[in-house]
Amino acid sequence: MAKKLLLQHVNVPGIETLEVYRQHGGYASVEKALKTMAPNDVVEEVKKSGLRGRGGAGFPTGMKWSFLAKPEGVARYLVCNADESEPGTFKDRYLMEKTPHSLIEGMITSSFALGARTSYIYIRGEYFYVSRILEKAIEEAYAAGYLGENILGSGFSHDCYVQVGGGAYICGEETALLESLEGKRGNPRIKPPFPAIAGLYGCPTVVNNVETIAAVCPIINMGGDEYAKIGIGRSTGTKLISASGHINKPGVYEIELGLPVEEFIYSEEYCGGIINGRQLKAVVPGGSSVPVLPAHLILKTDKGEPRLMSYESLSDGGFATGSMLGSGGFIVYDETTSIVKNLYTFARFYHHESCGQCSPCREGTGWMEKILHRIVEGHGKPSDIDLLWDVQRKIEGNTICPLGDAAAWPVAAAIRHFRAEFEEYINHPERIKDVKHYYSVHQLAEA
Amino acid sequence: MSSQVKGTQVFNDAKRAGTVFSDEAMQTVQKIIKRYPEGKHKSALLPVLHVAQAEFGGWLSPETMDYVASILKIQPIEVYEVASFYSMYNLKPVGKCLLEVCRTSSCWVRGAEDIVNYLEKKLGVKEGETTPDGMFTIKTVECLGSCGTAPMLQCGASFHENLTFEKVDTIIEQYRSQGKQRSYTDLDYKNTL
Ligand SMILES: Cc1cc2nc3c(=O)[nH]c(=O)nc-3n(C[C@H](O)[C@H](O)[C@H](O)COP(=O)(O)O)c2cc1C
Ligand code: SF4
Ligand code: FES
Repeated sequence: MAKKLLLQHVNVPGIETLEVYRQHGGYASVEKALKTMAPNDVVEEVKKSGLRGRGGAGFPTGMKWSFLAKPEGVARYLVCNADESEPGTFKDRYLMEKTPHSLIEGMITSSFALGARTSYIYIRGEYFYVSRILEKAIEEAYAAGYLGENILGSGFSHDCYVQVGGGAYICGEETALLESLEGKRGNPRIKPPFPAIAGLYGCPTVVNNVETIAAVCPIINMGGDEYAKIGIGRSTGTKLISASGHINKPGVYEIELGLPVEEFIYSEEYCGGIINGRQLKAVVPGGSSVPVLPAHLILKTDKGEPRLMSYESLSDGGFATGSMLGSGGFIVYDETTSIVKNLYTFARFYHHESCGQCSPCREGTGWMEKILHRIVEGHGKPSDIDLLWDVQRKIEGNTICPLGDAAAWPVAAAIRHFRAEFEEYINHPERIKDVKHYYSVHQLAEA
Repeated sequence: MSSQVKGTQVFNDAKRAGTVFSDEAMQTVQKIIKRYPEGKHKSALLPVLHVAQAEFGGWLSPETMDYVASILKIQPIEVYEVASFYSMYNLKPVGKCLLEVCRTSSCWVRGAEDIVNYLEKKLGVKEGETTPDGMFTIKTVECLGSCGTAPMLQCGASFHENLTFEKVDTIIEQYRSQGKQRSYTDLDYKNTL
């Protein structure tokens, strides 16, 4: 059985209540940290654990925490990023819905470490019902004395609130999130200053993903060194993977980092193989923003070594032959899938979600959608592939926030690995006409 | 004072005067405002707009936005620029049940287009349109975080997942027989995971 730290109790009836959560060891990290540790000890344990941000970028959490400015008399904030809008990603929703207290517990322990009197959980508006679940958990935590004034007699006081967004992928970018939390449009800020210096209301702020904050609880309970033994190399601990697409068992899986990709896709414990025993065509391993890889490169690296579910292994080979772990949004495509049409859904997404501040992103995403649309509709021109390549290259690295890169990378990767498919669309529009390039609802029902 | 917002919406002074939160909604709004530090009440804007949209017919009219501005003591333009930025705020009237079908990659490869086509045929209106009885509006949206239970649609606070045509029939029938407006703030959401 694989190691489970975040989801080991998800199937316990009533685990969403404080009572049952506590019966299964809940809030131990709050008791331990507030009663026996100094805030800095908590930061040190997180550093030792090697925990890396689970929101997508994989930045070491302990290091991020140690950058937090601490000027006298200025409030500090912890903000949880529960915006989760990266296509293919649904792990945070699962965690919050199933075990809301594990996030609240992490918020308290982490806020203690950072010296934050107040914290906010910014959740995407579409998850409104999940915000109710969190609010109920918070209410229970206040009643039990884990939130509020002088928690457990430690002298540490803390308030935690849930904030719902209004529907905008860009608010997952941490500075756009802070703007949104201040009641404004979600336009990313120019950095520096970074949130650690000037974040929410201009005060020092740490923004962390839901899963990152929840992982702080087991780290404090077992100690950073023990946590660091789990996983592989610099990819320590466990990771939640959202698995979707043409697999027999889509869902959220907690894996120990370092699990072979092949085992993840084909074993009964995880995805259970491809629907109807069809062939694997491609995988987007870390959410829509990361490069798509064809079957042979997702199962093995270019050097012929087994590809592992870890930050290092998935990016082995750079963008030429590798990808990224990203948010862990693992989308599987079988042989029936059109890479071109799928890419069009991504391009449309990024164009829709660009905040419009920088022209390379605003105009470039629009162009990419438009060009891909005409290719998909059978009106593509032979020069369109090079044009697409040119547009994506001009966005990458030329924008205020990484959304521009995130829009460019999938286009580059699809052309790099599946150029022949684009040519087929352009040179033989009659062949792709009336062809469906995915499973229909009814085909799925039969599967 | 009369101003024109987005071409088609005309500001109506009488309608503005009649735009007032119920006591219950007002209590919710006051509770939301208390979450932020002194002087930072503008932070309440997004959550309060959700309350307002649910309270005043499922969309944000110029009068509603003006009213929200007066409550948060900010300029109407500050409300409008936010309401027009985020996808969940409707700046035009919609049906009582806004059916938001996800069509991004994971849903697309599992038949989202079939669901949209089926809905269009069943309801006799196209994507973006409202049925003549004002009951349903079809909208296509981007990833809603249900990729593992695709295809899916959201209506108000409820997520309807692993859709089949039969399931769509049941959902439409249920909503039609209930006949009420669905909002993101509804408490009777279905926990469908
Ligand atoms: C366009 C864009 C969208 C993002 N969306 C999310 C998101 O939905 N959830 C998230 O945790 N991080 C998201 N991020 C990353 C955040 O900016 C930030 O790095 C993260 O919240 C930091 O938390 P972590 O260190 O715990 O991962 C996004 C970044 C970009 C550029
Ligand atoms: S890169 Fe795109 S989303 Fe990011 S700030 Fe620029 S325009 Fe906005
Ligand atoms: S792609 Fe449809 S919910 Fe994510």
